[in-house]
Order: sequence, then C-alpha cells, then structure tokens
Amino acid sequence: MADKPSPNDNRRAYWRENLTIVSVLLTVWFVVSYLLSIVFVDDLNETRIGGFRLGFWIAQQGSLFVFVALIFIYVWLMNRLDRKYGLEEEDDDQKEGQ
Amino acid sequence: MDFHPFLAEADPVKTWTFIIVGLSFALYIGIGWWAQARTTSEFYVAGSQVSPLANGMATAAGWMSAASFIAMAGMMSFMGRDGAMYLMGWTGGYVLLALLLAPYLRKFGKYTVPDFVGERYYSKAARVVALVCAIFVSFTYVAGQMRGVGVVFSRFLEVQVEWGVVIGMVIVFFYAVLGGQKGITYTQVAQYCVLIFAYMVPAFFISFMMTGNAIPQLGFGEELKGEPGTYLLDKLDGLSTQLGFAQYTGRADKSIIDVFCITMALMVGTAGLPHVITRFFTVPKVRDARISAGWALLFIVILYATAPAIAAFARTNLINTVSNTEYKEAPGWFKKWEETGLIKFEDKNEDGKIQYYNDKNKEFAATAKSNGWNGNELTVDRDIMVLANPEIANLSPWVIALVAAGGLAAALSTAAGLLLVISASISHDLMKNTLKPDISEKTELNYARGAAAVAVVIAGVFGIYPPGFVAEVVAFAFGLAASSFFPAILLGIFYKRMNKEGAVAGMIAGIAFTTAYIIYFKFMNKPLDTPEHHWWGISPQGIGTVGMLVNFAVSLVVCHLTDPPPAKVQDMVEDIRVPRAN
Repeated sequence: MADKPSPNDNRRAYWRENLTIVSVLLTVWFVVSYLLSIVFVDDLNETRIGGFRLGFWIAQQGSLFVFVALIFIYVWLMNRLDRKYGLEEEDDDQKEGQ
Repeated sequence: MDFHPFLAEADPVKTWTFIIVGLSFALYIGIGWWAQARTTSEFYVAGSQVSPLANGMATAAGWMSAASFIAMAGMMSFMGRDGAMYLMGWTGGYVLLALLLAPYLRKFGKYTVPDFVGERYYSKAARVVALVCAIFVSFTYVAGQMRGVGVVFSRFLEVQVEWGVVIGMVIVFFYAVLGGQKGITYTQVAQYCVLIFAYMVPAFFISFMMTGNAIPQLGFGEELKGEPGTYLLDKLDGLSTQLGFAQYTGRADKSIIDVFCITMALMVGTAGLPHVITRFFTVPKVRDARISAGWALLFIVILYATAPAIAAFARTNLINTVSNTEYKEAPGWFKKWEETGLIKFEDKNEDGKIQYYNDKNKEFAATAKSNGWNGNELTVDRDIMVLANPEIANLSPWVIALVAAGGLAAALSTAAGLLLVISASISHDLMKNTLKPDISEKTELNYARGAAAVAVVIAGVFGIYPPGFVAEVVAFAFGLAASSFFPAILLGIFYKRMNKEGAVAGMIAGIAFTTAYIIYFKFMNKPLDTPEHHWWGISPQGIGTVGMLVNFAVSLVVCHLTDPPPAKVQDMVEDIRVPRAN
C-alpha cells in the first residue's frame, strides 16, 4: 500500500480479507464435519490406522481436534490482519499478561 | 457381596462423597462471597474484566451440563458411531461462534443477546421476541440441571431427590444472586477444575486397566490387555454383532440426511444459545473474545474427546460382565443400581441367566431362538454408564465420590449461567429497556437479583416436579436457538441491508415452523414420529436446520420488499466489523 488509503477504503479492504479468512476456515470445518464424518464415513472406514477405522476416528476424535485448531488459526490470522490495517486495539489500559 | 470389599464396612463411598462434595460446595460459597457484584455491569457481564483464559474455563463449565457429564458417554455407548453427531454438534458450534459472532458481539459491547437484536433492528418488538426466546430456551435447559443435582444427591448420599434439589438451589442462590455474572464466572472456573478432574481420573484408570495405555484417547485404539492381538474396538464390534446389535464403529439406524441435519441443528443451536453468547461480553477486548473462544473449545474438547473412549470401555465392560451371567452371581453394582430402578432385569426364559441382546433385530431372531432366548431381559438406563463406570471397573471409593462432585459441578455451573440469562432478560431487557426506561441503576440491580431469586425457585420446582417432557423439550432448546437467534445475529453483522421487518418476520417464521414440527411429532402424534412420516426423513431433533433455512429465506425476501435500515444502524454495523475505529 503505497498511498495512505482513506479510512473507509481501509475498512472495506480489511472486511474483504476477513471474509476470505472466514470462508476458507469454514470450508475446512464443513468438509471435516459433514463430508468426512457423515457423508463419506463408510468409505473412510475401509482404511485403518492401528486399532481405529479412519471414518470412525475422524467422526469421534479427529473432527474435535480440527475444530480447536481452526479457532486458534483464526485468532492468529485475525491478529495479523488487525495489525496490517492498523485496526488493532490499543493496550492503553495495561491489561496485558492475560 | 465380597465383590465390593468396601460395602461391608460403614460405606466409605458415602463418607468420601460427603467430604469431597462438602469441600467443593464450601469453595463455591467462598468464591461467591468474595466476588459480589456491586453494579449492573458487574452483575450482567462481570464488569467486562474477565481474562480470556478464565472466561474460556467458565464458558466450558457453563456449557458442559449434567447431560454432557453424565449422559453423553452413556448415549454414545448405546449409539456407537452415530454418537458422533452429539460430539461434533456440541463442539463444532464454537467454530461458528468464534468466527461469525463472538468478536462482533464483543465490539457491540452491551449486556445481553436481546440487547443486540433490539438495537441492531431498532425495534422493541424484536427485543421482546428475542427475550421471550431467551427465557424459554433457558428455562427448558435449567429444569434438567436441577433434576441432575437431585439425582446425584439421591444416588450418592441417599438423601431424597427433593432435598438434593433444595441444597443445590441454596448454593446457586447464594452465589448467583449475590455475585451475578461475576460470582458465577469465578465459581465456574473452580467448577471446571472439579469436573474435568472428576471425569479424567476414572477414565485414566479404566483405560489403563483395559488396554495398558492410560491416555483414554489412545487407549481405545489399543489392543486389549487380556487378549493380546485383539483391538478393543474390533472386540466390541464382534460382541455387538454376536448379540444382534449394529457394529459399534458402523452406521446404526439413522439416515445420512437425518444425522447431517441433527449435527447442523446442534452446532448452529450451540452458537445461538444466549448463555454461551453472553460469556463473550465479559472479556475486555475483541481480541480477547476471539482467543477466549479457542480456550473454551480446548477445555471442552478435553472432556468431549474422552467421552467416546469411556463409551467404548463401558460398553465392552457391560457386555462382558452381564451377558449370559447367572443372575445370582451378578456383581454388587448391578444389584445396587437395580434398586434405583435404573437397571431392570426380567428373567423371561427363566434360566436364571441374564440375556442381553437386540430383540428388535428380525434377522437375529432365529439365532436368539436357537440359543433358547426369549426376548431381551436387561434394560440399562443410559445415565448410569458414567456414574456406575468406576464401580463397574471396581475403582476406589474416593474415585466414585469424585464423580459425584463432578456431576454436581457440571449441573450447578450450567444452571447458574442459565439463571443469569433469565434474570438479565427480565431486569435489563424487559424492565429497563421496554417497560420502565427511567429506573435507576440501583433499582435495576435489585430487579436483577429479585429475578434471579425467583428463577432459582422456579427451576427448583421444575427439578422436584419434573414435567414429563424434559427430554423432548431439550431438542426444542437447540431447534429454537438455531431457527431464531443465529440467523438474526448473523445477518445483523454480515448483511448491512437487513432491516427490522426482515429480521422479525424471519425469527417468527423460523420459530413457528420449528415449534409446529416438534409439537406435531413429539406431543400430538407421537406414534407418527418415525422416519417414514418425517418430512424429507428429518427427525424433530434435526428440524432446527430447516427452521434456520426458513428464517434466512423469509428474512431476505421481506427485507427486500421493505425499506433499508436507517443510516445510524448501518454505521453501527460498520463499526462492529472492525476491532477499533480508525
């Protein structure tokens, strides 16, 4: 960004990138929970890892871990995005260290 | 009775339970005294000064109810793989909450969900619709919690259910009425620690005993300790098919579309439940709201990822212990739970042995007959799988006592969060913002305490005299949250053009559709509640998904037939989309 954009353009660009991040992460969310764990679970069950059938494992374990990871990735991406557009919250009230 | 050495003496389980439950209650009361709320902001949102980590724990404790703690693993152990719809349904919603709702609602920065709906849609009607939904959803939910408290008390301390409920009421009354959200938050942190410890300790023991691996998430994929070379889940699949049940890791009786819709309704419902959303008003910043959703889900998943392991262990143990066992030689826990009516045995073929199998499976009928079996003889209530698990596995009395304290922590923490939603809906949304706008903060705080007190009493009455339809109405809570709040809030943030006419029409259409469907199949025509009669094969549990789509469709159509929202509201939407004004 060479020129300093107007506040409104800045916000709009921020919002567009935010929507991209959310769409990508929710696509992963949908694929893992609805496609892998529900629609194609019987096909995945043909494969085994150790004592688990793959479909069963994703439905009862893997999906949960993916959900947690998705939120932490979102937090990281959004904090980066806030800084990129200069929209991060100030630490004026010294509420750090939480 | 020499199976349980400790039963012979002065029941150490009871002594341990008194000690552990007593200590945990003293802790909750102490915290309630320390964290008294002095302003409405402290009462509703703990002054927005809660650290994200503490809020994560409090959210997790408030979320995991008596149903999660006591009933979920049991349900899963009878459902096999399809139990995943509850696991995913009750966790996946946090992804929606974190990505689509929590940060923006924090930026909006008021106290309640009806606050947001009322201001975003510049309408008292919208606020009233939202507050009625919030109260209804919360009461539905809280009745089950108080009952859970009573059941744990009666089972472990042998006091009457009524007295159990009353003791629970007194404890919640103390810290919820004095402390509001502030007292509740810090008690919930303590309750999370109690409940997760209580859930994990027996799980470690059982996993180690059965598989040699103490981590339950790994253990249930291991080989059985007693039978090297046989994986636990394969063994369980085998046992299940031998008794005419569906393979444990395979599909049971629900269709793909139904499982899909139930999972979706639970996820979206989770994201729309007011007592969960409110928690994100309690942290200082937008950034804190995001990370705190992550902590909350992490803390929840520690328990939820353990539940399927417990389910598999418990199921294997149950079948191994009781199947074709002489009734006279049945273990001590079997008799003990039989007295409570949660295990029922009827010797249909009079051979003195317990036959446990799937007598509804027509293909299995011939096998059963050739075995001389005359129908399934054993009924096991799902709720006892977690409560009796430590006894079934023959663990020490203090572990069993710990489970009682954990169940109480789960039920009390959820009940308190729900009571706060009810109280804030009455004092803040109904009194302050709808009926009497000119009351002082002090009066509002008194209304809030009064409403919390009345709500505790009503919840207690529901707990003592449970309406017979508690189980049915829980499907309601999620369906209603999914078909009312979620679309209204989501569109309010992501669709600037959405106006009051669209939102109100959408909420009413979504609720009306969902309610009508559930009432038709669950109350008016119970015999018709089968897949052949359901619309598109979707059961009442999953209909909230369709209700949500109805809400979206009606909102969008009505919105485009009417005027756009005022400029002031559009500016507000612009404002909540960024963490800070630039």
